[in-house]
Amino acid sequence: MKIIDTCGMSCPQPVLMTKKALDLEKDGVNVIVDNNTAKENVHRFMQKYGYTVVIDEIDNTFVLKARR
Amino acid sequence: MKAKSGIIITGSVVGFMGVLLVYFGNPANMGFCIACFIRDIAGGLGFQRAEVVQYIRPEVIGLVLGSFFLATKNKEFSSRGGSSPFTRFVLSIIVMIGALVFLGCPLRMVLRIAGGDLNAIVGLVGFVAGIYVGVFYLNKGFNLKRSYKLTSFEGYLFPAVNVGLLILLIVAPAFLFFSQTGPGASAAPIWIALTSGLIVGILGQKSRLCTVGGIRDMILFRDSYLLLGILSILVISFIGNLLLGYFNPGFTGQPIAHTDGLWNFLGMALVGWASVLLGGCPMRQLILAGEGNTDSVISVIGLFVGAGISHNFGLASSAEGATLNGQISIVISILILLTISLANSEFLIKNKTLIGGKINEDN
Repeated sequence: MKIIDTCGMSCPQPVLMTKKALDLEKDGVNVIVDNNTAKENVHRFMQKYGYTVVIDEIDNTFVLKARR
Repeated sequence: MKAKSGIIITGSVVGFMGVLLVYFGNPANMGFCIACFIRDIAGGLGFQRAEVVQYIRPEVIGLVLGSFFLATKNKEFSSRGGSSPFTRFVLSIIVMIGALVFLGCPLRMVLRIAGGDLNAIVGLVGFVAGIYVGVFYLNKGFNLKRSYKLTSFEGYLFPAVNVGLLILLIVAPAFLFFSQTGPGASAAPIWIALTSGLIVGILGQKSRLCTVGGIRDMILFRDSYLLLGILSILVISFIGNLLLGYFNPGFTGQPIAHTDGLWNFLGMALVGWASVLLGGCPMRQLILAGEGNTDSVISVIGLFVGAGISHNFGLASSAEGATLNGQISIVISILILLTISLANSEFLIKNKTLIGGKINEDN
């Protein structure tokens, strides 16, 4: 599964990066974010794109796993 | 629905406060105006000498400290910075120049529309056009690179500066400049203004309310979350203005506004374009600055310096319309924005480091 690291990127880059990744990897991707705003935005976007999302948290860093 | 109620409540409170602050003494259609208020603070400290717009606006202090308190409480405070700070500084100067040619930030633009000022609708059309241009470059890979974790001290400094500003306002030493006439002399009592700022800062931190983000996300992702916030501001302040008899539809005779359509359009187009590149409107920059984002602190300082430039060089409009210097500054600003947009769009230049790199490697 492709891993997209959005840490340190400001709004709306995490969602843009996720969108670009999902356009290329239809089965799903793992997206790493480092703040709540990006987590919520990416989460909302993945759901809207029709994926189910699992979120893991490690030290204020989140991994959002989008799966069909 | 639960997810959306927060942003709707926040927008509604901002709209309500926007009218309430006018009732308590702020200038008409200017319950909140982040650009105007930062400009007033620059004047209050003597960094610009337009005598009618000098005051330390407690709303700004409240926004920063409200955001700081909630972010700290929720463990969301995080000192970060280093994402192209000087580019952000320049972009913010341009945001302020555009806002002062139009006479208001995006938030005041919404409040002006709610007050019946039709010139602000021309501004809104420009604002949306500017956001479209910004989104075009986002789609071309525009970004200002990553920010990095910094020491907590770095993030605490800006909220501390705002506590200092509050002390200055209360002590009011003789070296400060407080307008005796004009918009700068129209102000709600300190504690009401400060409390309004704190409430909006807290709600804004929680909901991520952003006037630029609302339209940007709708264009980019068909995501209406932030747009609901803007619409809530508009609806509630419109109702408030109707109830208090402040609603006065028309182009002419509008408070702290001019009827130069072209420059209203271009002023807000600059604000929209530059703010998309910055990642948020002036209010959002204040909220982020309170959360420890020092790139946003740099943006706020850019707005502050932009206010000095605008008034010292005669770029800011008056009720008579845009000045010649203001018109020239808009043209120069468009060229600067174009250069910044092109230079940082990864798909237009060969350096595909961030967005392109990882994803495109097997294509």
